[in-house]
Amino acid sequence: MSETVKHDPNLAPVETPLHRFVSDFSDSAIAMIALAVLLVIVFIALFAPFISPTNPYDLAKVSIFDGKLPPGSVSMDGVTFWLGTDGAGRDLLSSMFYGLRISLGVGVMSGVIALCVGTTIGLTAAYYGGRVDTLIMRIVDIQLSFPAILVALILIAALGKGVDKVIIALVLVQWAYYARTVRGSALVERNKEYIEAATCLGLDNKRILFRHLLPNCLPPLIVVGTVQTAHAISLEATLSFLGVGLPITEPSLGLLIANGFEYMMSGRYWISFFPGIALLITIVSINLVGDQLRDVLNPRLQK
Amino acid sequence: MSVFIIRRLLQSIAVVAVMSLIVFVGVNVVGDPVDMLINPEADQAEIARVIRDLGLDRPLHEQYLYFVKNALQGDLGKSFTFGESALKLIVERAPATFELALSALLMAIVFGVPLGVIAGMRPDAWSSKTIMAGSILGFSLPTFWVGLMMIMLFAVVLGWLPSTGRGDTVEVFGLHFSFFTLDGWSHLLLPALNLALLKISLVIRLARAGTREAMQQDYVKFARAKGLSESRIVFVHVMKNIMIPVVTVLGLEFGSLIAFSVVTETVFAWPGMGKLLIDSLHNLDRPVIVAYLMIIVLVFVVINLIVDIFYSLLDPRVRLKDAGQ
Amino acid sequence: MSAAPTLEVRNLKTHFFTKAGVAKAVDDVSFTVDKGEVIGLVGESGSGKSVTGFSILGLVDPPGRVVSGQVLFKGKDLLTLPAEELRQLRGNRIAMIFQDPMMTLNPVLRVDTQMVETIKAHDSSVSKADALARARDALGQVGIPAPDERLRSYPHQFSGGMRQRVAIAIALLNKPDLIVADEPTTALDVTIQGQILFEAQKLCRETGTSMIWITHDLAVVAGLADRISVMYGGRIVEQGAISDVLDHPVHPYTRGLLGSVPGHNTRGQRLYQIPGMAPSLLNLPQGCAFQARCPKADDACLTEPQITEPVPGRAIRCVHPHLDADEEIGA
Repeated sequence: MSETVKHDPNLAPVETPLHRFVSDFSDSAIAMIALAVLLVIVFIALFAPFISPTNPYDLAKVSIFDGKLPPGSVSMDGVTFWLGTDGAGRDLLSSMFYGLRISLGVGVMSGVIALCVGTTIGLTAAYYGGRVDTLIMRIVDIQLSFPAILVALILIAALGKGVDKVIIALVLVQWAYYARTVRGSALVERNKEYIEAATCLGLDNKRILFRHLLPNCLPPLIVVGTVQTAHAISLEATLSFLGVGLPITEPSLGLLIANGFEYMMSGRYWISFFPGIALLITIVSINLVGDQLRDVLNPRLQK
Repeated sequence: MSVFIIRRLLQSIAVVAVMSLIVFVGVNVVGDPVDMLINPEADQAEIARVIRDLGLDRPLHEQYLYFVKNALQGDLGKSFTFGESALKLIVERAPATFELALSALLMAIVFGVPLGVIAGMRPDAWSSKTIMAGSILGFSLPTFWVGLMMIMLFAVVLGWLPSTGRGDTVEVFGLHFSFFTLDGWSHLLLPALNLALLKISLVIRLARAGTREAMQQDYVKFARAKGLSESRIVFVHVMKNIMIPVVTVLGLEFGSLIAFSVVTETVFAWPGMGKLLIDSLHNLDRPVIVAYLMIIVLVFVVINLIVDIFYSLLDPRVRLKDAGQ
Repeated sequence: MSAAPTLEVRNLKTHFFTKAGVAKAVDDVSFTVDKGEVIGLVGESGSGKSVTGFSILGLVDPPGRVVSGQVLFKGKDLLTLPAEELRQLRGNRIAMIFQDPMMTLNPVLRVDTQMVETIKAHDSSVSKADALARARDALGQVGIPAPDERLRSYPHQFSGGMRQRVAIAIALLNKPDLIVADEPTTALDVTIQGQILFEAQKLCRETGTSMIWITHDLAVVAGLADRISVMYGGRIVEQGAISDVLDHPVHPYTRGLLGSVPGHNTRGQRLYQIPGMAPSLLNLPQGCAFQARCPKADDACLTEPQITEPVPGRAIRCVHPHLDADEEIGA
């Protein structure tokens, strides 16, 4: 056999999954913009007390004479109300910064707790299978067949009012989505060979579950997480608007919008309008990022 | 086929029973039943009398049976605020809510399916991207805020449509519907559109995803190889495949529309069940709250049952598999 | 030579433009199909044979595109035809049978719907009753028992072999001049395979339909085809009458393929395997696609070998064709 220069046709440039993920994600300019906006919002939420033009909850500084001023007005102290003031004279922009903080905080916190609870339950159901699985999934199915707002209302009716009760209600509304998602992908992964290999090695169940199975179930979980967080924020705002959500000592964006309701008929739109825009931008950004994540992580749509 | 129905029926009954247990436990164990069921302004003698009457001094399982017995006879307590039977109050307002929810559902289908199919056929075209961007907006907009803005724009600024309340009604079978009058429609339009907004986005995304996936299937390629026209491929082959998930989801969403009408009814002061619930939550009118929850659970279970049966009619694989073929 | 050929493919090139590069799935493919002829298009996965079939019918999906060449069907170039005219030819004068019948028949539509629509798409004047009668006959033609009941069934109620027969029946409904069959028996049992092959051959003889049978299995094509084209790396490497190519293979790849088929005279001997793997279409080597695996490769192979026709009807693409001592091609 003559030795000639052989071209090995099977060597293609190596590309790690992370690299491909980042390049696929950044394919969408819109998603990247949304991500940037989201980072700005998180920044505002975290540093609200420091970057807010005024402190709207400092009763000494707030004056009723500054109330209901349109955007751009200047107060008696020379402070500009860029987005106007509400009925009690609080600067709307500052109120929105604080409100974002609360809305985002409650939404994310309930999301994270629900993620932990739901993931654990879902993994347990998938790993142990059999009657455990059937029972858990029955509960999940039944809960998911009721709309979130109804479940929330039932819980609030039973538990009463308060920040902690609202967070509990939000967690109880969301856990089922996480549980179902994780269980679904865990069931698929459970049958794969690397789990069999880990079992043969004699690793204990908890380790297999959390160190081997869970990381491979992450992609759909990430997508669900972003979308659910957006839902949680929206749900909390709705509940607060209806007056059954957060108490008025924790004014989230929903409450701000509710406060502006009564002034709408007289044409003072800004009190409800701007907090709504803030809420909208937050939710849209999360959804856009979540959408791109879903497209990038969905194997069925790979070209 | 009938085996399938019977099995689903039994499942539904089980769910209702469980929910009644949960509501019962919620009211009598988590909360204070004395507070829940007795008017807070009653005096001691009255309270003692009502406790005896309602059997609150009996053991818990007896109370539950008492509750169920009453519920099956249609007695779910008396409203504190109105003094009337809670059930009657809810049933009176039910047509308004159903009307709203149904109109919203129809709008969602009529606008959503065509837009979604167009977006799915040419996923990379400008029209598709615009539709998807619009749908994300619809999905993310908080319903109550949109409702407020709609009232601002159409009622206050433009003055085209009335801002709140329900229009003239027509009596059908003893129930009142505003569906059939022009004034009724002018009042119905904004709230129905508001409620529909959330679902239009969902329908668009469903239709688009379904269309996109269907177009990549081999049977579409084969249909082209047979020389079928694009319109036949879309309207018969693709449509029948995507209608299955669309109908399933929409059916389930109808219940969610009824639940979410709580918000729209509050914003537009629409006199339906939802507004009654919110008012009752504020007034602590517990019997009405309990009654509403029980009824809505029942509505949900029935809707799910109907959707499952419908689903099996559309997808022959489900029907035949269940019959043991 | 009598009538004009039913199909003439000339220098067809179909490329896929992906993010990872350009995959030259079909790279300068030419062959002819006469009336009533069965051509076997043979090659392994990734050789471009299926894409050739799709290119003929204009069913190449993006990111693929026919880049150049001509596909002359009874004299008309299909590649330049307006979309509506092409649509009218498909399923009517040119039909295609796909590999996996489970996926090609729409699972939520009944078989009769899917058959009747094929007829009505090309002749809307046919009544439903007539169309159903034709569908019934077509099912009978392919050997499906109880056709009336079968018509009202759904695809998933058939076995794999039956489904493929339905697909063949659909292809025959409008009595096409050419059928392109893309690995129609690959997904089926060997016994069913045999039956379908037999019936396909019978039909072609009886109706004078031309056929392009795409497969990776030489054995399938040996008993069925009149002529054979062997593809590798998107190009045709050898072509000719079936007996000629099978008895006197000239291209090293063809020889390798034939050598690796177990036969009576190799009993007890080690099975020959062509060393190496087929190249990725994204990364074809300079020159001949087969060099990396060819025992006769040398520097001359670095320039792309052209098709030569030593004898009319017999073609090879190789600078080192395998000739036994005293052997002449086409002898």
